[in-house]
Amino acid sequence: MNRNGPIALIFHCLFLGFLLAPILIVCAVAFTSQGYLSLPTEGLSLRWFRAIGDNPEFIRAFKDSLLLGAVSSTLAILVAVPAALAIARHQFFGREAIQALFLSPLMVPHIVLGIAFLRFFTMIGLGGTFAGLVLSHVIIILPFALRLILAASTGMDRAVENAAASLGASSWTCFRRVTLPLILPGVASGWVLAFINSFDEVTMTVFIASPETTTLPVRLFLYIQDNIDPLVAAVSAVLIFLTVAAMLVLDRVYGLERLLVGKGRD
Amino acid sequence: MAASTETQVSGAQASAPPPPRRRRRWPLAPYLLSAPGLALCAVLLLVPLVMTFLLSLNSFSFYGGIQNVWQLGNYADIIADDYFHEVFLRTFRIAALVTLLCAVFGAPEAYILRRMKSPWRGLCLLIVLGPLLISVVSRTLGWALLFGSTGLVNQGLMGLGLIATPIEFMYTETGVVIALTHVLVPFMVLSVWASLQRLDPQVENAALSLGAGPLTVMRRVVLPQIVPGILSGSIIVFALAASAFATPAIIGGRRLKVAATLAYDEFLNTLNWPLGATVAVLLLIANIVIIVGCNRLVERRYKQVFE
Repeated sequence: MNRNGPIALIFHCLFLGFLLAPILIVCAVAFTSQGYLSLPTEGLSLRWFRAIGDNPEFIRAFKDSLLLGAVSSTLAILVAVPAALAIARHQFFGREAIQALFLSPLMVPHIVLGIAFLRFFTMIGLGGTFAGLVLSHVIIILPFALRLILAASTGMDRAVENAAASLGASSWTCFRRVTLPLILPGVASGWVLAFINSFDEVTMTVFIASPETTTLPVRLFLYIQDNIDPLVAAVSAVLIFLTVAAMLVLDRVYGLERLLVGKGRD
Repeated sequence: MAASTETQVSGAQASAPPPPRRRRRWPLAPYLLSAPGLALCAVLLLVPLVMTFLLSLNSFSFYGGIQNVWQLGNYADIIADDYFHEVFLRTFRIAALVTLLCAVFGAPEAYILRRMKSPWRGLCLLIVLGPLLISVVSRTLGWALLFGSTGLVNQGLMGLGLIATPIEFMYTETGVVIALTHVLVPFMVLSVWASLQRLDPQVENAALSLGAGPLTVMRRVVLPQIVPGILSGSIIVFALAASAFATPAIIGGRRLKVAATLAYDEFLNTLNWPLGATVAVLLLIANIVIIVGCNRLVERRYKQVFE
């Protein structure tokens, strides 16, 4: 009973095929030598990867995406660490409500957030700016960062902290030398998950990005809406290669399952 | 002390249990610690959402732009107009179908994954969960290539003799449903996987040794224990499918509108911001009602499983 029968294995293979098919086709089409969308039946070619170099707007959007992801995840961590410590170790009035508020961006569809931020930023003069993108991304990735840090700080052994305090460490020293190293795995994985969510976000960002400041997924999306050619397949393929590489590193270092089982909504 | 730490560890994933009383107590500390986050959420989440609601009460004219009046005309328009009914109905239909397909394929897959042996299990889990990390635009582009430009899906189906004439996938609901199922099924696998973690395989063996057939074990032992996982996965998938934007926009195109692409068009093409805001407010309310309402129902019905 604890083994999969042949029908289960066939189902499993079909399922994996279904999941992999669209990803593999993007990578295959990216290597075509033709000038139009086709499978690389005439031999592999890198011409469309070279063509990315002739489209500096993709490269610029990629750099902007990386910077946006890094800045907003770092800000989200700076906000989430003290909040997680407060929720994990203090019993206070409004604790549940505060936790719910921090996790509430998960309940708001990104299309609604995009509209809300577009309206808000145009009114306060942040429309189309990098600062606006950073602030909006901090909001949507805060729940992911908070959740992992919360899990780490709730499961922490308080005896070590008490020992440090009884040996005369100040609260700051205690935090810096004892608490922070103990919750660091949670903080690091929170940062990574926040970065991934910021980097992949398209629905909300499409509303608040401007032609000057935009992200790679938004640039790709707008391009695809007009026409689909091997160039977007090549850009997507590069994105897929980078994601897979990051995923393998992440799986080695932290465990993908551990990172993702907390993902999604509660 | 050891016991209390242990309960803390086991409860860490779900929600933070009430912490033990501290030695030194400073009542303002937790508020100060969460102050930056609170300020951020208040200014950047609550204010923009309230402003969107207020915007949905404004009216719009093509020559005068947004009129600063307060009325419910946009809501009345949406309730009265058949076009909007069609769009919302289509959104609901797509989300329901996607949820059904994700449950039917995702739940068995999670179960199969759990029964796999060590090296294979990790690898397959990586393949199933990995797509979550790949940009949704790239994944949808893959479906656009399979459906349209290369036509591989139709070639394959006709080659197998399953269909005689090509099926239209691009710009149809069928195409949107297939692509969205692909985008969202990992969430269902994750949710069922989490509920399977609590299932002791020895219970299945016990049922078998007591003479139950494999089907009975599945129906009477396994299924009842993973139903909460399927239901909470369904809530996630339905909510995400109903508000999905990039996939319906690329596969559905400009003709096949869903609620999210309708709001986008009103905002960025027609420039009727009040109407777009109204669609957004309705989407938000529907989303919250479904998530909160269904979660309550599931939790009440399956209380014993969650504890």
